[in-house]
Amino acid sequence: MTDKTYRDLWVFAEQNDGVLAPASAQLLGEGTRLVKDMDGDNTLCAVVAGNEEDSRQAAADAIAYGAKKVYVIADENLTNYTTDGYTKAVCAAITEYNPDIVLYGATPQGRDLAPRIAARLGLGLTADCTRLDIKADDYIAYAQAETMLDPSTLDLDDVLLKQTKPSFGGKLMATMVCPKTKPQMATVRPGVMDSLQKDPAATGEIVAVNAGITAEDIRVTVKGKTVDAADGVALADAEIIVAGGRGLGDASGFELLQKLADKIGGVVATSGAPIDAGWIDESLMIGQTGTIVRPRIYIACGISGSIQHLAGIENSETIIAINTDKDVPIFEIADYCIVGDLYEVVPELIEHWDEYITK
Amino acid sequence: MAFNIIVCAKQVPDSDLVRIDPKTGSIIRKGVPGVLNADDANALEEALKIKDKHDDVYITVVTMGPPQAEEVLFEAIAKGADEGILINDIALASSDTFVTSTVLKTAIEKWAADNGEISLVFAGREATDGDTAQVGPQLAERLDIPQVTYASSFEISEDMKTVTISRKLEGYHEEVEVNTPCLVTAIKDLNQPRYPHMHNVFAPMKITSWNIEDLGLDADSVGLAGSPSVVISSFPLKKGKGGMFVEGESGAEQAANLLAALKDKRII
Repeated sequence: MTDKTYRDLWVFAEQNDGVLAPASAQLLGEGTRLVKDMDGDNTLCAVVAGNEEDSRQAAADAIAYGAKKVYVIADENLTNYTTDGYTKAVCAAITEYNPDIVLYGATPQGRDLAPRIAARLGLGLTADCTRLDIKADDYIAYAQAETMLDPSTLDLDDVLLKQTKPSFGGKLMATMVCPKTKPQMATVRPGVMDSLQKDPAATGEIVAVNAGITAEDIRVTVKGKTVDAADGVALADAEIIVAGGRGLGDASGFELLQKLADKIGGVVATSGAPIDAGWIDESLMIGQTGTIVRPRIYIACGISGSIQHLAGIENSETIIAINTDKDVPIFEIADYCIVGDLYEVVPELIEHWDEYITK
Repeated sequence: MAFNIIVCAKQVPDSDLVRIDPKTGSIIRKGVPGVLNADDANALEEALKIKDKHDDVYITVVTMGPPQAEEVLFEAIAKGADEGILINDIALASSDTFVTSTVLKTAIEKWAADNGEISLVFAGREATDGDTAQVGPQLAERLDIPQVTYASSFEISEDMKTVTISRKLEGYHEEVEVNTPCLVTAIKDLNQPRYPHMHNVFAPMKITSWNIEDLGLDADSVGLAGSPSVVISSFPLKKGKGGMFVEGESGAEQAANLLAALKDKRII
């Protein structure tokens, strides 16, 4: 490493038509906490790329969600996200201002961009983190409370970013550090970190960065976008989810789940088995290979709980599971377990829900 | 000149069979068969589809791993790939994604120096063991070619100079166009991988094994020593405590008890 001074925590502020991605808002929330734990005097910053108008809007959003300073690369060539354009833009900002940490949402865009940047700058990068710590004590407390790790065997400091991520579909967690290169970089799973309340009155500094992007830099041409059908409410943002699995028995089971979802203001989703059986569209799949969700209430009907599925729902606030088999894995993580026939229980929930809700 | 395609493949433990040792918290790999990583099977299939339609397409499958990772090369050739390269060296253990992409780049460039320019590189989007999805983009950067990730459909022009790809993103698809050479990462929507072909199985297989010396790499630049990212610990989470079983003799009773409990906890 060179003698350069690296400071500050940056969040790559992903924007779509000028709207800050929820994953970036969440990272700014997490960054607000982490930046206080960093060594020395550090500022929470955002870095945003886009055309003039989109980047200005997203920068304002980033400030409203906690950024104190925003590095803005505004260029008409950045109107569409492209790997080439955005890599050059963010690399220019990083090499000019030398942040200590750069975080990206582990969205499709973040997971396309961050590795390209890491390879260009020769940096370490940890993918899809679900936990970040700087202080050793915080990490030790986490390890003792939630894991089978004995942290006393580790040589931990209060300086490096400890980046914890699931692997093997969540069967195993790993913690990584990047001791040799700066900035330290990670992508972070959407839905895991908490954003702050949006404060439109918050103020922050804007720093314009010129990356000298030309049309020739961009080798992939975006021809168009098609919004997927049957995907009205983004599962990732749903507050209440009613999901069905193999235990539904056939495709018509989803009609009953839709009635429950309509009653309680939720959306219908699925585990992998109904897709394999051809009962429902693949876009509604929850799990490691589908959508990772973080609803307030997750109701699993006839889902046994494969590792892949559980990895997608583990951040739900409350999990209710209905299954005829008392030994299914989903009961190990569900908050409320009903051993019974979903076709007997769900109609009762629909009929009596209104009597119980707090007005 | 042949249209040369590289397919990057990884052997991973069959993730449905992987178990955690409850005492040590480490992965029990013993007795767990290694399989071709799922997304990599889609990457290979797309290369084979090009070969089905066009003459003079040559597919080389590259894998980095222990000696038994050769199995994925057998499988790929049995499906129709022309050649396999195994990059195997004890010094490569604990390589992170940055080093892995450097090693792959070096091997691909060595192959190209001997055999001709590369026109396309396919890789799976991510491997089911590390779940990083980083090697594809990092390799594209190291090769200085454009990348298209999350490919759910792929079409190549008749002159094989332009590729049109649909990328499956969250809630929408993006259509992009790019000239070859480029690197494409495959997801499972891209195609349905074929089965191996008997006559390929019994034909002689062209498989080459390279170590880091063959690649001109220094032991200090690979493995743990060369990797910017270091794993400091790996561990399973504590088993979930499990929740409360909702009592009730009938569905109606269970539903009522559940709703009462949810209301009591102010969940609804």
